[in-house]
Amino acid sequence: MIPAEPDLSAPTSKDSPARPSIWVIRGPLSARQYWMFAVAGLLLPIALWLTASAGSWVDRVFLPSPGDVVARIANWFSGDNLLQDIWVSTYRVTAGWLLSAVIALPLGLFIGTYRPIQAMLEPLMDFIRYMPAVAFIPLVMIWVGIDESSKIAIIFIGTFFQMVLMMAEDVRRVPMQQIEAAQTMGANRSEVLSLVVFQSAKPALLDTLRVTMGWAWTYLVVAELVAANSGLGYAILKAQRFLQTDKIFAGILLIGAIGLAMDQAFRWLHRRSFPWLYAR
Amino acid sequence: MAKTITTSRLGKIFSSKEGIVTAFQNIELSVGAGEFVTLVGASGCGKSTLLRIIAGLEQKSGGQVSIDNLPIDGPGVDRAVVFQHYSLYPWLTVMQNIKFSRRLETHYVDITSADVEVASGRADALLAVMGLTHVAEAYPNQLSGGMQQRVAIARALMPRPKILLMDEPFGALDAQTRDVMHDLIRYLRAIENTTIVFVTHDVEEAIYLGSRVVVMAPRPGRIDSIHAVPLPDERIQDMKLAPEFIAMKRTILERIRETSGMKTDYDMLRRLTRNVARVA
Repeated sequence: MIPAEPDLSAPTSKDSPARPSIWVIRGPLSARQYWMFAVAGLLLPIALWLTASAGSWVDRVFLPSPGDVVARIANWFSGDNLLQDIWVSTYRVTAGWLLSAVIALPLGLFIGTYRPIQAMLEPLMDFIRYMPAVAFIPLVMIWVGIDESSKIAIIFIGTFFQMVLMMAEDVRRVPMQQIEAAQTMGANRSEVLSLVVFQSAKPALLDTLRVTMGWAWTYLVVAELVAANSGLGYAILKAQRFLQTDKIFAGILLIGAIGLAMDQAFRWLHRRSFPWLYAR
Repeated sequence: MAKTITTSRLGKIFSSKEGIVTAFQNIELSVGAGEFVTLVGASGCGKSTLLRIIAGLEQKSGGQVSIDNLPIDGPGVDRAVVFQHYSLYPWLTVMQNIKFSRRLETHYVDITSADVEVASGRADALLAVMGLTHVAEAYPNQLSGGMQQRVAIARALMPRPKILLMDEPFGALDAQTRDVMHDLIRYLRAIENTTIVFVTHDVEEAIYLGSRVVVMAPRPGRIDSIHAVPLPDERIQDMKLAPEFIAMKRTILERIRETSGMKTDYDMLRRLTRNVARVA
């Protein structure tokens, strides 16, 4: 005789509703849990910073407290023309990035569409993209001078070559079936490009613009090495000369904050412009 | 009027890293006006390539291929193509997808308000026939695979093509949805009187849909045999169980097995089972 086994599959009233663990591989996470972890991820480094600077085991000159940094930002805002610095830096970054985008967009479209253009330009771009933008500073100063355009040029050199290659890749990813479908419906070459290839690649292109905007910001300090007398990057460099670590911290954090805000703006624009990607 | 397709000594070779590969050679095929011809065969027999050459999406290497005795020179609006997937435009609604061909220059010629009215009437009618009226404003990625293929078919039929070329259009659908699509496509052919060439690897599908089944063989790709389907024009699912249907399915499957050299080795499986039993 086989003893009757207890029925394990039937739930009893005592059981709490089954809740899948959040540590399951690619498991679920509720919106509330997501925010909990996100806030923890941001607060934890700040807490570490607070404890490190509160204890006397790190010299204040090397590690200012969060309070010092906040005070420095307030001070910078009221007495040192912070908004002017933010404006100048944002202008330089955006101008350099925009110039890249305006040239990279058509170029990327053609590299991603026509193989001869790809063969002609892609190896060249790959070659130039590994050259450090900083190394171009002396050349840029000789060629462009030391005014605003030299800073914009450095940011352009830093972002343009990566941007072209990424945009070409975005365009290449457009499914061939979408292109062929248009051709069989009677689309001519320019119609295929404007009504299918560009439309299909648009979301990926906007993502590339977002990512490269981040890279443009990373070139700011380098750009403001060139005979600048304003801007966040310049402020950071000057603060180093006077050992004002709190101001260095403030500058870095401000650049991070502006970058984060711009990134979020791009994401918002993405959701706004491409509702079909988010429709379910 | 529907159109005829004729090929004579048609051949296609590809050059690859391994050298020159013959996709197919010496294809003699003529498809009559309003005929429904299905192409089956093991993979590598060149059936999709043949369809793509008729569509004008690929160049022939030798021989002749013509529509109503005019040689094919690139894609044209007289031949619509339905691909297996990824051909819908995800950024357009169902209705915009179906009307896509109306936006192309080739169709602008001589457009009057009456033409536009006829076109919207046709789009509405196609939506209704396909059972898509309630999703006209939805985006493709909100629809099931079966619904998406219906949109693709409606879009292909919109410019009243004389010839419809289908490349495994139901390959990714589940069996039940596929049956429904089969009856739908037979019905459409009857009312639109289009010539249809349909590529599939599913023999049952090929017999149920076609008035003739063309069996192709690989290495090198060629036409092995052509079978006239002994079923009445009006098809119902029950016919798949009719003795003549089953007999034909057996004949065709045998041809495919023989020409592809792909057969289950039952002796080997039996030996394997015995050996495993011994080890256990």
